[in-house]
Amino acid sequence: MKAKSRRTSKPRKTRAPSEFFDLRLYIAGQTARSLAALANLQRICDEHLEGRYRLEVIDLLERPQLARGDQIFALPTLVRKLPVPIRKLVGDLSDTERALVGLDLRPRAASRS
Amino acid sequence: MPKAATRPAPIQPVPKSPTGIQGLDEITGGGLPRGRPTLVCGGPGCGKTILSMEFLINGARQFDEPGVFLSFEESLEDLTVNFASLGLDPRPLAARKKLALDYVRVEPNEIQETGGYDLDGLFIRLEHAIDSIGAKRVVLDTIETLFSGLSDTRTLRAELRRLFNWLRTKGVTAIVTGERGDGGMTRHGLEEYITDCVIVLDHRVVDQNATRRLRVVKYRGSTHGANESPFFIDESGLSVLPIASLGLQHRVSPGRLSTGVADLDEMLGSKGYFRGSSILISGSAGTGKTSLAGYFAEAACRRRESALYFAFEESAAQIVRNLGSIGLNLEPWLRKGLLQIHAARPTTSGLEGHLSAMHRLIEEKKPRVVVVDPISNLISVGTSLEVKAMLARLIDFMKVKETTALFTSLTIDDSHPEGTDVGISSFMDTWLVLRNVEMNGERTRTLDVVKSRGMAHSNQVREFVLTHEGLKLLEVVRHEGRVLIGSQRAAHATDGPVAPRRSQKRATRT
Repeated sequence: MKAKSRRTSKPRKTRAPSEFFDLRLYIAGQTARSLAALANLQRICDEHLEGRYRLEVIDLLERPQLARGDQIFALPTLVRKLPVPIRKLVGDLSDTERALVGLDLRPRAASRS
Repeated sequence: MPKAATRPAPIQPVPKSPTGIQGLDEITGGGLPRGRPTLVCGGPGCGKTILSMEFLINGARQFDEPGVFLSFEESLEDLTVNFASLGLDPRPLAARKKLALDYVRVEPNEIQETGGYDLDGLFIRLEHAIDSIGAKRVVLDTIETLFSGLSDTRTLRAELRRLFNWLRTKGVTAIVTGERGDGGMTRHGLEEYITDCVIVLDHRVVDQNATRRLRVVKYRGSTHGANESPFFIDESGLSVLPIASLGLQHRVSPGRLSTGVADLDEMLGSKGYFRGSSILISGSAGTGKTSLAGYFAEAACRRRESALYFAFEESAAQIVRNLGSIGLNLEPWLRKGLLQIHAARPTTSGLEGHLSAMHRLIEEKKPRVVVVDPISNLISVGTSLEVKAMLARLIDFMKVKETTALFTSLTIDDSHPEGTDVGISSFMDTWLVLRNVEMNGERTRTLDVVKSRGMAHSNQVREFVLTHEGLKLLEVVRHEGRVLIGSQRAAHATDGPVAPRRSQKRATRT
């Protein structure tokens, strides 16, 4: 529903190169998956968001009470707080293509016409 | 101690957590398996959430076991409203750290899967909630919602299995709800992971009557009632009505109480019914069943004992008026509150509705005597088997409370009143049969005691009349070895010499 209303006549655009990204990465401890997610995210930010993002890493083992606010249930989860709307990327971001689509840094595949 | 080592350790029965839900603890023999997850499944609107809520609220209020409610379907606001609709305001309990509510919102539109993940976020949230209040009980309602937001079902399944195992190691007694699926008990096969205890709820319509049923499908390490039991949800929550009887361990009372008709007392060993017994009065239409029931209730009020009258055929006003015509004045007792009449059409609610309402009223008003007039009308809302089970339960319940209960039953075929439709007479201690005997162009009312357990009682068929002054049994008139009734009696009285004798044959029952 949401996607439909957003998409008017033309397919959804990628984010303008000037927009600021506010990102939060939720992890639980220094697991291999946490570290992979962090590394993958770092790479994406370096390549696509240089100078226009802020990243906060939240370890839920240390601050479990924060899981509620952003409705976290799967880990790792990357939450894009800005630009709106909020998006949630579940997983270790190893699928770069899907990660970029999820962040609106790459247009969604035209298969869904 | 080498000798002890060879002997197997004694088997401990499965420890249980009482739900505090009327009837459910009875079926499960004491509650849900303590420290283990229980699956509660059924279609939409079957009562899963309400059962879960009551489990938590009762745990917090009655058993000092704080609980966590993790909802995947309803926001906290909706949950609070839903709790409140059952008269259970969760906020004070939450303020006292007896209850923690959390809402896990799964919004498929805003989720993108980008690689491997697990459900540690959910674990952490749940653990945080459990530890913050020292919870002993947990509800997950309904976790299958996760499947709508996450597409990697293999990961999800593995994670759910891990979650349930984790709940076991955490030692919390949990209810996990699941929606009924095609071909399985739940849509995503939760029953594969939760095998400790499985309860299925069902909501169906039989003959235009909505009926709710509960069944314990599985209970590892414990015996349990396997039958479907009706249950009922009203403003005070959920009550399950086990079909099984309460057992025959109740106390019996040697005390007696009057039937309200002196002559009838005479027939029952001169003393009347046993206290705490159940009495059946059957007969066809217009034989005077309600009148006898009225006498019984009125006599109780005279003794300053409270009486509860369930009327399934007539309104309260109608009963008062009609009994007034035979000299029974119920008004003062109604005003004093000693007599209470609850009139309802049998079809206004389902069978379990009536049963539950009756149970609740009896529990609440604690009457010494109860009248159900007529029990046969309840057949119209249930199958014969159900009515029988329901009645057995009600009778046992009242016996435990030493409440004397009188049931009337309308029989269709006057010649065979023993064939009472419900086949309920075996539950009854005393059984009176009223008949309309049609002979020589007139009808005569007769009464006889088919059985009366544990007391000497008359074996005679007695003629009786209903007059403005009340119900009177007539003297037995014999002539040439026959008992005369109706106008033969009158003729005999004017013609021949009558030896009016009270021939109360005291018969011991065989």
